[in-house]
Amino acid sequence: MPIADEDILIIDTPGLTLAESVYLPEIVRGLGTTLRHMVTSWGQGKTSRTIQYPEQRREHYDVEKGGQFDDNFRGVHRLNRDDAGRVKCVACMMCPTICPANCIHIVAQESPWDDREKYPQQFEIDELRCIFCGMCEEACPVDAIELTPEYDLVGLTRNEMIFDKEKLLSIYDATIERKPM
Amino acid sequence: MTYTLKPADPYDLTIEDTSYLSEHVDTGDRWVLNFGPQHPATHTTLRLVLELDGERVARVTPHIGYLHSGFEKLGETMDYNQYVTIVSRMDYLGPILSDVCWHLAVEKLFGIDLTPRCKVLRTIMSELARIQNHLLCVGAAALDLGAFTGFLYAFNPREKIHDICDFVSGQRFHSDWTRVGGAMADLPDEAVFKRMVSDFVNDDLPRALDDMEKLVLRNRIFLDRTMGIGVMSKDEAIEWSLSGPLARASGVRRDLRKDEPYLCFADNWDGQGASAVEFKVPVASAGDVYSRFCVRVAEIRESIKIINQLIDNIPGGPIDMFSDGKQVKPPKAEVYGSIEGLIQHFELIMSNRGWTAPVGEVYGCNESANGELGYYIVGDGKARPWRVATRPPSFINYQAMAKMTEGHLLSDVVAILGSINIVAGELDR
Repeated sequence: MPIADEDILIIDTPGLTLAESVYLPEIVRGLGTTLRHMVTSWGQGKTSRTIQYPEQRREHYDVEKGGQFDDNFRGVHRLNRDDAGRVKCVACMMCPTICPANCIHIVAQESPWDDREKYPQQFEIDELRCIFCGMCEEACPVDAIELTPEYDLVGLTRNEMIFDKEKLLSIYDATIERKPM
Repeated sequence: MTYTLKPADPYDLTIEDTSYLSEHVDTGDRWVLNFGPQHPATHTTLRLVLELDGERVARVTPHIGYLHSGFEKLGETMDYNQYVTIVSRMDYLGPILSDVCWHLAVEKLFGIDLTPRCKVLRTIMSELARIQNHLLCVGAAALDLGAFTGFLYAFNPREKIHDICDFVSGQRFHSDWTRVGGAMADLPDEAVFKRMVSDFVNDDLPRALDDMEKLVLRNRIFLDRTMGIGVMSKDEAIEWSLSGPLARASGVRRDLRKDEPYLCFADNWDGQGASAVEFKVPVASAGDVYSRFCVRVAEIRESIKIINQLIDNIPGGPIDMFSDGKQVKPPKAEVYGSIEGLIQHFELIMSNRGWTAPVGEVYGCNESANGELGYYIVGDGKARPWRVATRPPSFINYQAMAKMTEGHLLSDVVAILGSINIVAGELDR
């Protein structure tokens, strides 16, 4: 079905006005725009988008002013603890199955506790392979794995960036106040 | 019907009979210049082999494949939700458009009808992605032609779109936000979302557009560099199967949002007789590089209208189409609260269960920022597609590069390349 005429917006290109084709007055006007931007963005003013990282961080800003929204930010993973301080994971293998980047590796073992059958003896996430899509969090049936607002992810070696169970639990301890379970 | 390799009605599209080559005989002075694969003006990794006659381009051979990543093949090993992470890395200038297109194709295969809330949110997000893409295209074109300031003023508002994506999905760039039959999660806070979006489209964006129009589109140097360059006539645009702003700049009246309406562009999208969103399709007739940028800027203004119509009337209700169809992931409350929800949750994820897609093939397309973006899926009743093919607008538009460039100066190559707005992730897949 052809598009009706009233839905078409014909774009004609009007010729340059005299001032535009002489170009010199336009230089002055253009410089005015640049100056306006310079003034309004001076010292992190209204139009400036600069954040003086790491002294200032996105977390310090209001969400509507370009700040970070902690509740659903997809940063580094953590493994949640249950009330007794044990790892909450039941090693059901849902997260390594759904992971599009295949970055989660779990070795499951029979659980020493009564409330579940399995628990992860090893739980490794290769943070360098991870694409932070958040599907592991979606797949988890017991809310054991979560993404945190933490995004400073640095290391000197590749091995360091493979986070094991202890490291992931320590991220839980560090972020539980910023993002409650 | 038997297929022969030779088409019955062949288009005569050889590049050897362009007027430039027939008028200028090769005197043996031509030289070859490699443009790319590593060149700042190619934006991404693509390569043009230019045969130059002095400073005139006599012949162009576009090469592809420098960013080939096997995206299409990966579609056969990933399920219908996982593949959205790959899709959004194809057109990385406006990733949500690809996400939405992929899941529209999947829902067409599954026969899922979306909830009105989901349709509205997807429309808003994909229009934001279109703005994101167009802003980069016009801004980067200014950058390529030497106007760095215009680039910055176009790039700044993109940051706000990233903030909105961050708020909605948790990641600024590759939101991977859509899911089969819905979205990853509902809006965390609808009022904040509304304020962020309407502040952006009514305040920041129009000001940035005005600045950009004054600095770039009414700039005599820019006009001199772009007007009459890379002209494609209307017939040529149709013959070369161009789509999107390229085709519309040549006068082709085609926009999939009007021609094959989907989401809120279709009438009666909420099932209660709502009329389609109103917008106009910008069409120019010159077909040169300049009119392509004008079309893109006009499309941004139309997208603002679309968003403004929808943003205050986001329907309530669930965003996910959770039903007994067994094809949509259940909400988390169902997973924790009911045994059916838990079973469905496990069934969709477990590697030996998963979706039971209908046996059949489907082609779903939508109007992405660069043209018609389509996904062709062959389902064979299993959890993963048997074959996924993409119709990337960049790939189809890139083939006309040689036709557009021949006879122009070497410095015009950059302007033409910028106007096609090739995204190599999509071009090479």
